[in-house]
Amino acid sequence: MMNNIIKKNRYLVLRRTLQFGLLLLFGGANWWGWKFLMGNYSSAYVLESFYLTDPHAVLQTFAAGFVMSTDAIVGGIIVLLFYGLIAGRSFCSWVCPVNILTDLATWMRKKWRLSENDNFLRINRKTRYWILGLGLILSPIVGVAAFEVINPIGMLHRGVIFGFGMGWTFVVAVFLFDLLFVEYGWCGHLCPLGAFYTLSSRFALIKVKHDAEKCTLCMKCKDVCHEIQVLDLIGEESGYIKGACSNCGRCVEVCDDDALKFSVYNYKT
Amino acid sequence: MADELQNNSRRDALKTLFQGIGVLGLGGSLWGSAAIKLKASELTLRPPGALEEEDFVKACIRCGTCVEACPYDTLKLATLDNHTAIGTPFFEARLVPCYMCPDVPCVPVCPSGALDVKVIAKQIDGHNTDEPDIRRAKMGIAVVDQETCLAYWGIQCDVCYRACPLMDEAITLEYKRNERTGKHAFLEPVVHSDICTGCGLCEHACVTEKAAIFVLPREIATGKVGEHYIKGWDKADEERLINIKKAETKESSPEDVLNDWEHLLDDE
Ligand code: SF4
Ligand code: SF4
Repeated sequence: MMNNIIKKNRYLVLRRTLQFGLLLLFGGANWWGWKFLMGNYSSAYVLESFYLTDPHAVLQTFAAGFVMSTDAIVGGIIVLLFYGLIAGRSFCSWVCPVNILTDLATWMRKKWRLSENDNFLRINRKTRYWILGLGLILSPIVGVAAFEVINPIGMLHRGVIFGFGMGWTFVVAVFLFDLLFVEYGWCGHLCPLGAFYTLSSRFALIKVKHDAEKCTLCMKCKDVCHEIQVLDLIGEESGYIKGACSNCGRCVEVCDDDALKFSVYNYKT
Repeated sequence: MADELQNNSRRDALKTLFQGIGVLGLGGSLWGSAAIKLKASELTLRPPGALEEEDFVKACIRCGTCVEACPYDTLKLATLDNHTAIGTPFFEARLVPCYMCPDVPCVPVCPSGALDVKVIAKQIDGHNTDEPDIRRAKMGIAVVDQETCLAYWGIQCDVCYRACPLMDEAITLEYKRNERTGKHAFLEPVVHSDICTGCGLCEHACVTEKAAIFVLPREIATGKVGEHYIKGWDKADEERLINIKKAETKESSPEDVLNDWEHLLDDE
């Protein structure tokens, strides 16, 4: 029984461990002077030897008219290559702390059945790409990385690591938006960072693979997926889950028929 | 019938397009104005080695590595309630000043280049080296409010003078006769803005209820003379005159100009 619960949530457990672990390492650097991961998710100073940088922030800053120093650019390229060639959009569900919050909102939303009357606000899932573009257009106009000044992701991780101030208002707004207004509202519709990683990790190696032969069309996977449109192929044809899939592995966990699995993308198919 | 359908769908498409543009325009202008407001930070003291404010706000990736590198907890990352670009580092000298670490640990860890060793590079024989020199930091300028400074009241207080890490250079004490008592002296602190780094140890140490000496950003606390005044009897400054570009003047003589009345006539 217990074993089964863990098995059915194995990726969830791993993800939360990684997400909270990273927060702890970052926090520890500020609170107790640890040297594993200094800084935050915008730029992390790893073991006092190299940097990992948010490539979206580097790009916006470039658009705003400033070329960051080599440390930051190299850090951004490492991150971009890691997700772009290997891990896919996994930042969103394995690293980003907002995911913990929006998953909680969705869980409550489903438990309290708040999703049954979600007709009064509809947002297109493509909105995030427009926000991504708009941010890059606005950056040179306002002379600052435009998304970074209103970025709720930053408010959350800076808040946890360095203290919230009034930044919690943005965080609560995102939570309530996902809880009351739009299912998977922030991560699935608006967040430009998610959009950025979706676009840049098209050709990543790690992808979930569907085996239509084994599928019994129970549709449990569609219940848990926060980017349902990527599961259009379920039961229809075998293949890799592409697009905005964040490799969270929820579908892999809930599938009782072994029809969904993490696998390595085969470019030839 | 088919025509009408097509017309309708075209109209719908156009409508969606215009709605899209509208939402984008609305969102963009709201976002843009919020961004401009949220990046404004006129009265902010930045860590040593920071670029000019405009560039600094652009460059800083808001990671807080400088904050963690500072051993005195001087630096903080701005939240929404500080009047400073959100997420950027700053300090409040009255609470915790910058202690001017000789190795300036906050600067070299900065990944973005917002804090740059070059800005405070140690100079040897006029050449920049790769080492930082905290004495070249220009975080702000200490300003004395003479009305509330005890020394200007005639009370002997040299707290700021002694707190200053560049004692007798950045702040000197000027002796003056106190005409009010007729038998005492004023020991007035005077800040030398070419030396002051803006570390704020004076503001931190000041004994009055609200500090009578406080650090302001250089942009705020300095004026600008412009080109057309020179210091008299100052060779260097007089030479500056020679290099100033002459205003364009006409070659023609005054008489020619006065006699040139043709342009006053109508073209007919
Ligand atoms: S010079 Fe030292 S005290 Fe001043 S801000 Fe940097 S680390 Fe902190
Ligand atoms: S280390 Fe540099 S980029 Fe990071 S917060 Fe400090 S000034 Fe900004």
